[in-house]
Amino acid sequence: MSIQNPLGHFVNGQGLWLTAVALSGVSSIMGAVNFVTTILRMRAPGMGFFRMPIFCWTALAAQSLQLIGLPALTGGAVMLLMDLTFGTSFYEPEGGGDPVLYQHFFWFYSHPAVYVIILPVFGIFSELFPVYSRKPLFGYVYVAVASFLIVGLGLVVWVHHIFPSGVAQWMRNFFMFSTMLIAVPTGVKVFAWLGTIWRGKLRLTTPMLFCLGGLFNFVFAGVTGIMLATVPVDIHVSNTYFVVGHFHYVIYGAAVMGIFAAIYHWFPKFTGRMPYEGLGKVHFLLTFVGANLNFLPMHPLGLMGMPRRVSSYDPEFAFWNVLASLGAFLLGVSIIPYLLNMLSSWVRGEKAPANPWNAIGLEWLLPSPPAEDNFGENVPTVIARPYGYGTGLPLVENQQSYEQALQEA
Amino acid sequence: MTLSNPPSQEHGHQSHNLTGFIIFLCSESVIFLAFFSGYALLKTSALNWLPAGVEGLEVHAPLINTIVLVSSSGTIYLAERFKAKENMALFRGFWLLSMAMGAYFLYGQYVEWSGLQFGFTSGTFGGTFYLLTGFHGLHVATGIGLMGLMLVKSFIPGNYVGGEQGVEATSLFWHFVDVIWIILFLLIYVWQ
Repeated sequence: MSIQNPLGHFVNGQGLWLTAVALSGVSSIMGAVNFVTTILRMRAPGMGFFRMPIFCWTALAAQSLQLIGLPALTGGAVMLLMDLTFGTSFYEPEGGGDPVLYQHFFWFYSHPAVYVIILPVFGIFSELFPVYSRKPLFGYVYVAVASFLIVGLGLVVWVHHIFPSGVAQWMRNFFMFSTMLIAVPTGVKVFAWLGTIWRGKLRLTTPMLFCLGGLFNFVFAGVTGIMLATVPVDIHVSNTYFVVGHFHYVIYGAAVMGIFAAIYHWFPKFTGRMPYEGLGKVHFLLTFVGANLNFLPMHPLGLMGMPRRVSSYDPEFAFWNVLASLGAFLLGVSIIPYLLNMLSSWVRGEKAPANPWNAIGLEWLLPSPPAEDNFGENVPTVIARPYGYGTGLPLVENQQSYEQALQEA
Repeated sequence: MTLSNPPSQEHGHQSHNLTGFIIFLCSESVIFLAFFSGYALLKTSALNWLPAGVEGLEVHAPLINTIVLVSSSGTIYLAERFKAKENMALFRGFWLLSMAMGAYFLYGQYVEWSGLQFGFTSGTFGGTFYLLTGFHGLHVATGIGLMGLMLVKSFIPGNYVGGEQGVEATSLFWHFVDVIWIILFLLIYVWQ
């Protein structure tokens, strides 16, 4: 962090940036209030907390994190803006301030922000694996509760981002421990997904492939995450490409692939048209190979000592960098079949039935695309947990009447 | 507590504005928590906490201010009770009294500020002092504004059904502002 306003203008780049941070913080808090209130107070009749789809659990968890983390970032940004504009010295050592305080404010939100991104993707995995394995989600209650363990632990790990910043030794010990501990609830989820796939009737459709690829990448990112949590390793690879590689495995390898899975899965519901499987699989293959080719070489590069945020590099780093660049080109190309697929199937794809994947869930009891106001006056009453695959039990009261209405339409 | 069902909402959904507002207040408290912890951290690690020539803060006037603000939590509670008994005159009276006590607090804050020997840029002490009291004062002013709005709404015939939750939310906000002030007072004036 540096405060740069050499010309002393009141309106300057950093000031605008900080104002933007504060404004988007406020807007995200408003969004989070909306999501949390909706999930707490406006569920379908009969839908108790432990009958909610896991996606709702993870959305609730992610938005709770926003509510707790964002105000700290916004407060820290306001103080930085004061330093910049009015000449206070909250973070300026010359005036008795402490730059590390800013790092604390920044990472108190910005580490949980990663969970805000990945938690809904955990929800997507939990929704989709049962559909394409034809089995109930393994350990539903544990997966649901693990989301909130991640919230609780996720709020007390932020100092692992600033191990080299001159923090007290007890902080290093504590935050190393808490960071490693967070592998437990995430591990619970990974085991639950594996337990769901185990001996299931797998259907390797495009959404399922994206889920499996995303899960693979996430486990890899989890392993490097544990490495980074370890203080001696972290100080060695801090600010190198190792961190960049770890981060991109989470964000592109797991989160973006999970979001692609969700888009292919719900595309028929949104648009009433089926996406093309062939193009989808090409998209998956290019994404999976491209992501691994792009981000795997960053790990050896980081261990060799290549710093991040540089515009050029020494010749000794050339081999892995060329490989990573090839991967980046593949990732760029992977968007072409995706866009082609979305556009062409939206315009002239096969008409989608109400429930093309044979999935269980309220949205699949509606036509594709659903009418405005969804169920209208005829809101169903939920009588079971989600993901009753293979059990033959209904999800809602009078399910047959809803299914019949769909067939007649 | 009965929640009203404004006819504009479909299917007679209950209004959940109050739930949302409570969640918002929980979130808002974290900003203060951030400022408080920043204050504590800067204070405990400072070599020279008070700027040169400043002996410390005078506690007497702020204490009176504190008593007035905290008592206004009681008067606003009374106002709400009278409203529940549909005694609108006494509701408006106590509501207005709470507003006046808030305004007195702001005036006291202004008097204190203008008598101080240090400014916003006088080191981390001055910075955090004005940041905390100023940000809290902003909340007091917002609270008075909200109360004014609810008072005006109470005179609009027929429109008052929707104001039910507004009164409750404003009163919650006012209690919140008071609790924050107590912590702030302990941190800044008592812990010297």
